[in-house]
Amino acid sequence: MASVTTAPAATGLPESHGDGAHATSTGLSNAKVAMWAFLGSECLLFGALISTYLLYRGRSLPGTPRPRDVYDIPYTSVSSFVLLMSSLTMVLALAAIQRDEHHRARTWLLTTALLGSVFVGGQAYEFTVFYREGLRLQTNLFGSSFFVLTGFHGAHVTIGVLMLLSLFGLSARGRLPKERAETVELVGLYWHFVDVVWIVIFTLIYLIPS
Amino acid sequence: MTATDTHEHPDQRHAHPTDRQYVAVALVLAAITAGEVSVYYIKSLPHPLLIGLLCAMAFTKFTLVALWFMHLRFDSVIFRRLFVAGLALAAGVYLIFLTSLHVWE
Repeated sequence: MASVTTAPAATGLPESHGDGAHATSTGLSNAKVAMWAFLGSECLLFGALISTYLLYRGRSLPGTPRPRDVYDIPYTSVSSFVLLMSSLTMVLALAAIQRDEHHRARTWLLTTALLGSVFVGGQAYEFTVFYREGLRLQTNLFGSSFFVLTGFHGAHVTIGVLMLLSLFGLSARGRLPKERAETVELVGLYWHFVDVVWIVIFTLIYLIPS
Repeated sequence: MTATDTHEHPDQRHAHPTDRQYVAVALVLAAITAGEVSVYYIKSLPHPLLIGLLCAMAFTKFTLVALWFMHLRFDSVIFRRLFVAGLALAAGVYLIFLTSLHVWE
C-alpha cells in the first residue's frame, strides 16, 4: 500500500529539519522523533537514580566514608569540563558532515570519542581511589547510590564512545555521505543528552553539600 | 562569514549556527563551569544562596546545550515538546516522591 505523504504546509504541522529524512505524514524524521522520545524516557531513568541518591544522602552509617571525605572537586571539575567540550566537538562533527567536509568530520568524531574516553577513564580512576579509601558498593547508602548513579552514566558515555567510533569507521570507508548526516545527528543527540545529565549530576551530587 | 549559515530546502529555510557560534556557546559553558566551582569554594555564602546559585548555573548550562548543541532552538517544536514532556514528568514525579519522604527537611 502506498504511503500518503502530505506537505507540512498543508497540514499545518511543523516542517522537517531535513537532511536525509524520509517523507512522513508529519514531515518529521521518524528516527529523530524516536530518539527524542527515547531521551525523554531517559530523563525518568536518571531522575530515579538521582532521587535515590538525594533520598539516601546523609543517612549512611556513622564511621563509614561520607561524600566530603572522598570527593575531589578540582579533579571532577576537569572531568566535567572535558565532557562539556566533547559536546562542542560533536556538534562541529555534525556541522562538518552537513557541509560535506568528511576529513574534518572524522577528526571531530575521533576527538569527541577521545574526550569521552578520557572522561570514562577519569571516572574509573575516581572509582579506584574511592575503593582504596574504603568506599564500596555495599559499604553504605552513599556508596550504593553513588556507584549505581555514576556507573549508569559512565555506561552511557561508554556506549556513546562506541557509537562514535562506529561512525568514524563508516566515514573512513566512505559509507557516511552527506545524505546520511542524520545518523551523526542522532548519535549527537544521545551524546549531548549524556552531557546534560552530567551537568545535573555534577551540581546535585558533587557541588551541593549535604 | 555571515551570522548564520542557511541551508535551503525546496519548501523550507532553516538557519544553522556557524562553527564560531558553537565555540562561543562552549566558551560561555566553560565560564559558567568555572563560576560553579568558584562559588563552591566561597565558604561564607549562606547555604540557601549557594544552592540557588549552583542550581541557576546548572539550569543555564542545561538550557544552552539543549537549545544550541541539540538544536532545539532551530528544530521542530514537536521535538522540544517530547523532551520537555519527559523532563517535566520526571521532575514532577520525583519532586513529589522526595517531598513525601521529607527529604528537604
